[in-house]
Amino acid sequence: MSNSAGQNIKTVFKRELKSFFQSPIAYVCIVIFLLISQALTFLFGGLIERGEATLTDSFFTFHPWILMVVAPAVGMRLWSEEQRQGTMELLLTMPIAPWQAIVGKFLAASLVLLLALVLTFPVVITINYLGSPDNGAILCGYIGSFLLSLSCLAVTSAVSAFTRNQVVCLLVSISICLFIVLAGYQPVTSFLLNLGGPALSDMVASFSVMTHFQGFIKGVVVSRDLVFFATFIGFCLFVTSIVLRAKRA
Amino acid sequence: MIEVKDLSKHFGHKVAVDGISFSVKQGEVLGFLGPNGAGKSTTMRMVTGYLPPTGGSIEIDGTDIVEDELGAKAKIGYLPENAPLYNDMSVYSFLAFTAEMRGLRGGEKKQAIERVLDMCFLQSVRHQSIDTLSKGFRHRTCFAQSVIHDPDILILDEPTDGLDPNQKHEVRALIKRMGEKKVIIFSTHILEEVEAACTRAIIIDRGRIVADGTPDELKSRAEGAGAVTVKVSGLAGSGIRQELEKLDTVRTVEVRDSNDISLAAQLIPSKKSNDGALSESVFQLCVDKGLMLQELKREEGRLDEVFRKITRSDVDAGQGHKASKQDPEPAAAAD
Ligand SMILES: Nc1ncnc2c1ncn2[C@@H]1O[C@H](COP(=O)(O)OP(=O)(O)O)[C@@H](O)[C@H]1O
Ligand SMILES: [Mg+2]
Repeated sequence: MSNSAGQNIKTVFKRELKSFFQSPIAYVCIVIFLLISQALTFLFGGLIERGEATLTDSFFTFHPWILMVVAPAVGMRLWSEEQRQGTMELLLTMPIAPWQAIVGKFLAASLVLLLALVLTFPVVITINYLGSPDNGAILCGYIGSFLLSLSCLAVTSAVSAFTRNQVVCLLVSISICLFIVLAGYQPVTSFLLNLGGPALSDMVASFSVMTHFQGFIKGVVVSRDLVFFATFIGFCLFVTSIVLRAKRA
Repeated sequence: MIEVKDLSKHFGHKVAVDGISFSVKQGEVLGFLGPNGAGKSTTMRMVTGYLPPTGGSIEIDGTDIVEDELGAKAKIGYLPENAPLYNDMSVYSFLAFTAEMRGLRGGEKKQAIERVLDMCFLQSVRHQSIDTLSKGFRHRTCFAQSVIHDPDILILDEPTDGLDPNQKHEVRALIKRMGEKKVIIFSTHILEEVEAACTRAIIIDRGRIVADGTPDELKSRAEGAGAVTVKVSGLAGSGIRQELEKLDTVRTVEVRDSNDISLAAQLIPSKKSNDGALSESVFQLCVDKGLMLQELKREEGRLDEVFRKITRSDVDAGQGHKASKQDPEPAAAAD
């Protein structure tokens, strides 16, 4: 009768995904992401005028700024809605370990973000039409964007465990995401360099998703960056489980 | 089947449950009674594995809930207070989700869903979105979820809350029927519910058990329990009263109506008289003296009196605790 961990995760994943597309949240988030990312690419990124066969500076470079808002918007309901409705009591008295529920829900939200990224494919078609870009590098950029969005989502998951209020969750998550993006943003790092020397700026930057994102959009996958993202996401999901446990104790 | 020992739960400095022990066997329906804030829901949340206990142990069918959480949870069906539901789902897909969580797949799953849809009278709303359901339907949908895997153990937190009288009646009948084969614990603050569905009741007050017994045992602890109402004729009222007062089974005679030819009164039993002795002696008196017995009725005692007498949660905050530890009433003869 009992389920395996995989079956439990899948069941939660399916329910959560259905919920996303039953409410307008997923559609709104996807459409907003598409509109803003395309607008920035064609208006400010100068995709066409640049005449370069690359998406690094005209497309991927904007992603951290859009995703740090879109990912929290997608994830804000993960655990806060569960607490507001009281369904957490239902879910966690079923034969499922909390980490399985956390992973199942996280994966469902991840899929929404993946879909948003995949639907930007017209940009890829356009650049292939204009020239002959390195499509491997483009794929690499997408992987970077996806990992960055997952990091923001994982932050949101942890924050949503704290509060039953989605708006609070959204605002706090965006603030934290802004911090982890800014910490590695070039103007900020040079400011810190002047302020406290390379030790300070390197230390702060090493915590930033931005630093590790940069490699990907330049077309290089370094295992150190992969490890960083995996650790960061794992840590945030672990925090989610700690907070959920503390709430019940 | 359920073995709870010395269970306690603290929220910061607040003690919500304070050393509760009880056990429930198969075929028993245990009613949790108690005023609001007594700790009923907190106890149930610990037994279902939602809240970790601060102290004590809980065994579900031989499995310790802390050691094998998932194994214990698999055996339990749970209806939380206020029937929480995923509002954006339809009734059917919600039940399908809970069936899958309980390990049901394919044909088994479909059968289980149809079974609970029928059992809880949900067929008419099976495809309706949960956020458009009325309160009664919401409650029954959550109830359906708790029995979808036909669990051996059912824990129901205020299962009749928010239902209309007909639905209440149905749910009680359902609990009673299912209770023959399962272990059921349900909480309520409606006393007639205990009489209608329970084989045993526990009264909780301020996180402690203050009474534990069958509904009949509890009722016998009420103020008027064991009293006998009589109407006797054949003599002047005052004469009959004198005769009754001579009986050693009678402590006092409270006259209701007295005239030239009859007496109506309530007889309070003395310490010596046990079950039925008072009625017998009254009957014997009438035979011996040639009186006519027009009415003879034994008062059962009312559960709400017992309840009021021993639970004081929201009245006297300070002393109630000490008072509720010992047996608080000397009155009842049968105990
Ligand atoms: N999560 C919580 N945090 C703090 N206090 C709580 C919490 N849950 C319940 N309580 C307190 O514990 C006591 C018992 O509550 P509860 O078990 O819900 O009572 P009942 O179900 O018998 O009405 C109440 O005084 C309540 O305020
Ligand atoms: Mg309650």
